[in-house]
Amino acid sequence: MSIPDQKQASASSTPPCSGLAGWINRRLPIISAFRAEYVDFRMPRNLNGWWNFGAILTLVLALMLASGIFLAMNYTPTDAGAFLSVEAIERQLSGGWLLRAMHMTGANLFLAALYLHLFRGLYYGSYKAPRELLWLTGLVLMLMVMATAFAGYLLPWGQMSYWGADVITKAVGAIPGIGPTLEHIMAGSDHLGDIFLHRFFVLHFVLAFLIVGVVGLHVAAVHVSGSNNPIGVEPRTPKDTVPFYPYYVSKDLVGLILFAMVFAALMFFWPNMLIEPDNYTPADPMHTPADIEPEWYFLPFYGLLQSVPSKFGGLVAAAGSLLVLFALPWLDRSPVRSMRFRPLCRIGLLGVVCAFIVLADAGKHHAQGGWLIAARLAGLYYFGYFLVFLPLVSRTEKTRPVPSSIAASQGDA
Amino acid sequence: MRKHVFTGSLLAAFTLATPTLANTPDKAPPHQKWSFEGATGTYDKASLQRGFLVYDHICASCHGMRSLTYRDLEGIGLSDQAITDLAHSKQIPGPVGISGMPTMRPGLPDDHFRSPFPNDAAAAAVMGGVAPPDQSRLAAVHPGGADWLYAFLTGYRMPPPAGAPMVPGKFYNDWAEGHMIGMPPPLINGAIQYPDGTPATVEQQAKDVTAFLVWAADPHRNERHNIGKGVLAYLAVLLVLAIAWKRKIWKNLKSHG
Repeated sequence: MSIPDQKQASASSTPPCSGLAGWINRRLPIISAFRAEYVDFRMPRNLNGWWNFGAILTLVLALMLASGIFLAMNYTPTDAGAFLSVEAIERQLSGGWLLRAMHMTGANLFLAALYLHLFRGLYYGSYKAPRELLWLTGLVLMLMVMATAFAGYLLPWGQMSYWGADVITKAVGAIPGIGPTLEHIMAGSDHLGDIFLHRFFVLHFVLAFLIVGVVGLHVAAVHVSGSNNPIGVEPRTPKDTVPFYPYYVSKDLVGLILFAMVFAALMFFWPNMLIEPDNYTPADPMHTPADIEPEWYFLPFYGLLQSVPSKFGGLVAAAGSLLVLFALPWLDRSPVRSMRFRPLCRIGLLGVVCAFIVLADAGKHHAQGGWLIAARLAGLYYFGYFLVFLPLVSRTEKTRPVPSSIAASQGDA
Repeated sequence: MRKHVFTGSLLAAFTLATPTLANTPDKAPPHQKWSFEGATGTYDKASLQRGFLVYDHICASCHGMRSLTYRDLEGIGLSDQAITDLAHSKQIPGPVGISGMPTMRPGLPDDHFRSPFPNDAAAAAVMGGVAPPDQSRLAAVHPGGADWLYAFLTGYRMPPPAGAPMVPGKFYNDWAEGHMIGMPPPLINGAIQYPDGTPATVEQQAKDVTAFLVWAADPHRNERHNIGKGVLAYLAVLLVLAIAWKRKIWKNLKSHG
C-alpha cells in the first residue's frame, strides 16, 4: 500500500523530502509546512527593528512556561504556605533563585515587549484590512497576558500581592448589581485566603497554556495576511520581498540577542529595578501598607481607575481604555496605513504615548492634587484620540505621497 | 533618520515611565562603603561569618530568621562540619513524646533557624506589645537598607540628647521612627570575641552584622553577579557573530537587488 506523494504546489522551490523525512512528510506534512512557513515564507524586505518583538515575545513566552512549570512544582498555594514556599524556592531549592529571577524578569519584559509590539501595530497601521483578526487576536492575547501577570503577582502572597488582590476584588465589587456576587465568586470566601489563592494559582497556570493556543491563532493569522511593513504598502512583486530564511532569521537573531542582553543585565545586576521590596513582607490582612501600588505595567490603568470619582466609573474607564482598541480597525478609516505618511495622526499618536506615560505617573502618585488633573486630561486625550480625532481626521487629513512599492521606497524599482 | 530619533525618544520616555521602586526614608542615612554594593559587588565572607556570630549571639535571642536553614550558611563559607555542629547545638521542637507532651531535639542542617518565640503573639506579649520583626528579608524590606541598618545599630544615644522625651522602656535612637524604640542597644564594645582577632567594636559589629543581614536578604548575590558576567560576555560574542552574519546576508540583497 502506498500513499500518494502530495506535494504542495506552493512549495515548488522546496526540494522533495526523501528517506525517513519523506516518509513522515507524506503522512504528516510538517516538514514541508515548516519550510513553507519559516524558510521560504516571503516577508517584506523593509521591516525595521520594531518587527523583532514578535519573535522576542514568542521566546519569552517559552521561557515563562519552562521556568513556570518548575516553579509550580515547588509552590504551595495556601495562605500559610505560599510565602514560605517561595522563600524555599529562592533559598533552598537548587538553582531556584535563578528560576524565579527568570520568571520575574520575564514577566516584566514580556509586558514591556508587548507594549512596544502593540505600539508598532498602532504606528504602522497594522490593524487595518486585511489584518483585523490579527489585531483582535493580539488584543485578546494582551488581555490574557495581563490577567496572567496579575494572577502570578498574587502567588508569592507578600503584602503587595495581598493588598493588590484586595484593591481589585473591591473594584470588581463596585460593579452595580452583580458586583458583590462577582466579588464573592472571585474571592471564593469572605476573606482572601486559601480558596482565593488556590483559584488564582490554577488560573495563572491554565491561562499560560491558553495563551499558547491564542498565539497559534495570532501567528496563523500573520502567515495568512503576511506582515505589514513600515510604509504600509502591500508587497506586489517578488522584488518587494525576501524569504524568511536567512534574511529575517538573521535579523531576528540580532534583535533577540540584544533583548537577551537587556534581560540578563536586569536579572543579574539590577533586579531591584523590577522588584517591589514590600512583597518580601508576608501578607498581613491586619496591616495596610502606606503605599499600595501595582506593578509598573498596570500603572496607566491604575491612574485611570483613580482619576474617575466613582469606583465603578474608574473601572469602566480602565477597561474601556483597552476595549476601545478592539474597535480601532473600524474607527480609523484612512486607506493609508503607516503614520509615516500621516503627519497629523502621527503627532496625535505620539500624544497617546505621552498620555499613557502621564497616566502611569499619575497612578504612581495615586492621582492626588495636580496628578488628578493631569490624569483626567490624559484620560480625556486618550479616549478623544481614538473615538473622535481618528475617525474625523481619517476622512479629511492630507497624507504625504505613499511610495508605489516597497522596492521603490528602497530606491530599487 | 527621523524614525531613529523618534524611536530613541520613545524608549527614553518608557525608561522615564518605569518607576524607581527604591524606598526613600525621610532622611537618608549616611552612606557607608560596602563591598557588596553596585552591580558587580561581592560579599566579603570573613565579614559575613563575623556578622553571623553577632546575629547568632545577640540578634537571634529576640529576632527570628525563619526562612533560612542552617545549611544555607554554606553561602557564607561555613564548612559542613561547622554547620552540623551549629545545628546540633540548637534545641528544636521535636515530635510529640510517648507521654503526649511536646519534646525538644537537637537541630539538623536542614532545619530552619530556630525562632526565639513560638509565634508572633508570644513574642509581642514578652516584648512590650510589638513582636521583633523577622530578619530573613529585613535588609531588603527596610527603607535605606544596609546604610540604615548600620546607622541604626550605631545610632543609640545614652543619655538621650537634651530635650528628647523620656519614655520608660524606650531608648533614644537617631534612626528609629520617632527616635524612640523598645529595643535596647544591642551592641556593646567587646561583648563578643571574633575568632579571627578583629577587634569587636560596636562599629565593627554593626558593619559585620549589617553585611550578614544583607546577605540573608539576598544570599545569591555573588553567584548572580558571577553568572551574569559570564552570560553577558557570551551574549556579546554571540552578538558580534550574529551582526556579521546578518550583514553578510543582507549585503546579497543590496548587490543583487
